[in-house]
Amino acid sequence: MRSDQSNRASTGLKLAAIAGLLFMHLPILLIFVYAFTTEDKTYQFPPPGYTLKWFAITWNRPDVWEALQLSVKVASISTVIALVLGTLCAAAVSRSKFFGREAISLMVILPIALPGIITGIALRSAFNLADIPFSMWTIILGHATFCVVVVYNNAVARFRRLSGSLIEASMDLGATGIQTFRYVVMPNIATSLLAGGMLAFALSFDEVIVTTFTAGQQATLPIWMLEELVRPRQRPVTNVVAMVVVLVTFLPILGAYYLTRGGDQIAGSGK
Amino acid sequence: MTSAVEFKKTSRHFGKVKAVDNVDLTIGEGEFFAMLGPSGSGKTTCLRLIAGFEQPTQGEILIFGESAGGVPPYLRNVNTVFQDYALFPHLSVAENVAYGLMIRKVEKSKRIRAAEEALAMVRLEGYGDRKPSQLSGGQRQRVALARALVNKPKVLLLDEPLGALDLKLREEMQEELKGLQRSLGITFVFVTHDQGEALSMADRVAVFNDGKVMQVGSPQDIYHRPKTRFVADFVGSSNVLDGTFPGKQPNKNVAASLRPEAIRIVKSGGHEADIISVSFLGAVTRIGVDVGGCKLQVLVDKAQSSLAVGQKIRVNWSNDDLHYMEAASE
Repeated sequence: MRSDQSNRASTGLKLAAIAGLLFMHLPILLIFVYAFTTEDKTYQFPPPGYTLKWFAITWNRPDVWEALQLSVKVASISTVIALVLGTLCAAAVSRSKFFGREAISLMVILPIALPGIITGIALRSAFNLADIPFSMWTIILGHATFCVVVVYNNAVARFRRLSGSLIEASMDLGATGIQTFRYVVMPNIATSLLAGGMLAFALSFDEVIVTTFTAGQQATLPIWMLEELVRPRQRPVTNVVAMVVVLVTFLPILGAYYLTRGGDQIAGSGK
Repeated sequence: MTSAVEFKKTSRHFGKVKAVDNVDLTIGEGEFFAMLGPSGSGKTTCLRLIAGFEQPTQGEILIFGESAGGVPPYLRNVNTVFQDYALFPHLSVAENVAYGLMIRKVEKSKRIRAAEEALAMVRLEGYGDRKPSQLSGGQRQRVALARALVNKPKVLLLDEPLGALDLKLREEMQEELKGLQRSLGITFVFVTHDQGEALSMADRVAVFNDGKVMQVGSPQDIYHRPKTRFVADFVGSSNVLDGTFPGKQPNKNVAASLRPEAIRIVKSGGHEADIISVSFLGAVTRIGVDVGGCKLQVLVDKAQSSLAVGQKIRVNWSNDDLHYMEAASE
C-alpha cells in the first residue's frame, strides 16, 4: 500500500534541496550578468550599469577567435578519433569473448577515472621522451584518451542491448559484414554514437588540465579564459566567452541526454 | 531421393565440449525434417552448421551435393527462422521482409511486390508499414517466416520457432508450417525439444543426445520402435523394462520399452499393481503403478474417477507391445 504522506518530502528537505540547486547554479547566472556590466576592472555587485558593448569588443578580438578555432578543431578531431576507436573497442568487447577482455574494458575506462593531472603529466613526459613537439596534435591525443571512454561507454551499452542474432539474421539473408554494419548495426547504434560524440565534444571543449600539460604555445578557449582572468582589463570579455562556452557545451549534453533516454527494450529480441 | 543436406562424420567441438560429435545424417530434398533432443544435445549447433554460423571442426557438410566448407552464411542458399525471430527493430515489417532482396539489389518495385506476396502467404496482408515492436509474438513469428521464405531458399532452417508461442497459437502454426512446406516443396529443417511437435509435423525425425544422433526415422519408427533407452524415454516417456520386469522373463541383456497407453486395466489375470499416483491430464488420466517393485506409467483413456492412490488393480499388456532394445545402450 502506498501512502502519499510518507512519500512527500518534509519542508526542511525541500528547502535544503532548493538551496543546494541554487548554490550550484546561481554562480553561473552571475557569470552571465557580468557579461553585461559597464564596469571592467573589478567584479562589482550589483553592476553599476548594463551594456552590450562587450559582445562587440569580443567579436573584434582576434585572440578570442584563434582560441575558439583551436578549441573547435581539437574537440572535433578528438571526437572523430574517439568515435572510431570507441566503437571498434565496444564492438570487440561486447560481441566476442577473448582472453583479457575484462582487462581491456577496464583499461579503456581508466583514463576518465584517473585525475586529469596524472594523465597530463604522463602524456607530457611520454611526449618528451619520444621527442614529439607539442602542437595541436598533442592536445588532440591527450583529449582523445578520455573522449574514447565516453564513446565506448555509450556504444558498449547499446551493443549489449543489440541482440546477437540480428547480425546473424542479416548475414543469413545474404548481407556481407560491411553491408550488415551499414544496414543493421549502424542504424541501431547511431543514436548512442551521436550521444557519445556530443559528450566527447563537450568534454574536450572545456578541458583545462590535460591541455595545459600537452599544449605548446597554443591556447584553447578555456586556457585563454584562465589567462584572461588574471588580467584586470576588459574582464567582461571573458564572461561573454564563458556564456558561449556554457551554451556550446550545454546543448550537446542536453541532446545526448534526450537521445539515450528510454529504449530499455533489447533491440531485436521480440518475444 | 536427392539429398538436400548431408552431414559426413561432422563434429563441432568447443574446446573439450563435443557439441556435435561425429554425426552422419542425410536430409532429403523436400523433406520436413525434425531435429529433436533435450537442450544441449547439439541439435541447434547442427542447424548453425548448416546455416554457416559455425564451421565443423571435423568432417564436412554438403548442401545439395556441394561441400559447404568455408562458405560464409551470406553465400549459402539457406535461410533461417531464428528462435527470437531477430527482426530488425529499426525497419518496418515490409522492409524486414524485403531485406534479403534489398541486399541482392532487386529493383525496388519488384521487392515491394515480393514482400507483399510473402506477407500474404503468412496471412499478414496490410501489416507492412508497422514496426516489429507493434506486433504480437505470433505475428512476429510469421514475419520472420516471410522474411526467410521471400528469398526462395533451398533449405529453410527453423530454430525452435514455436517455442515462444502459447499452446493454441502453437498448434495453429504447426498446421500452417506443414501446409506451407507441402505447397512450397522446400526442405524444412526444424529444431525442437518438443517431441509432440516433432512427431506431428515431421516426415522424419533425428533424435539427438550428447552431440550424437541416437536414431533417425519416421515418427512412427521413433515412437514405436525406439532403438535405445534414451529414445524410448525421451520420445513419449515410455516405460523401460529391464531384466527384472514381471511376466515373461526376457534375456538379461535386453530391455524392452512399453508405451504407457499399451497397458490396460483388467478385471482378472495380468499382474497385480498398486496405484501410487494419479494425474488427470484432460483427455486421458496418467496413473503410476507399482508392479512387483517395477514402477510403470499407465495412460487410461477415460477419466476414471474410481481410481485413487493406494488402490489395488490388475494391469496387463500384450507381448506384441513390448519393443526389445539393447539394454547396454543408453
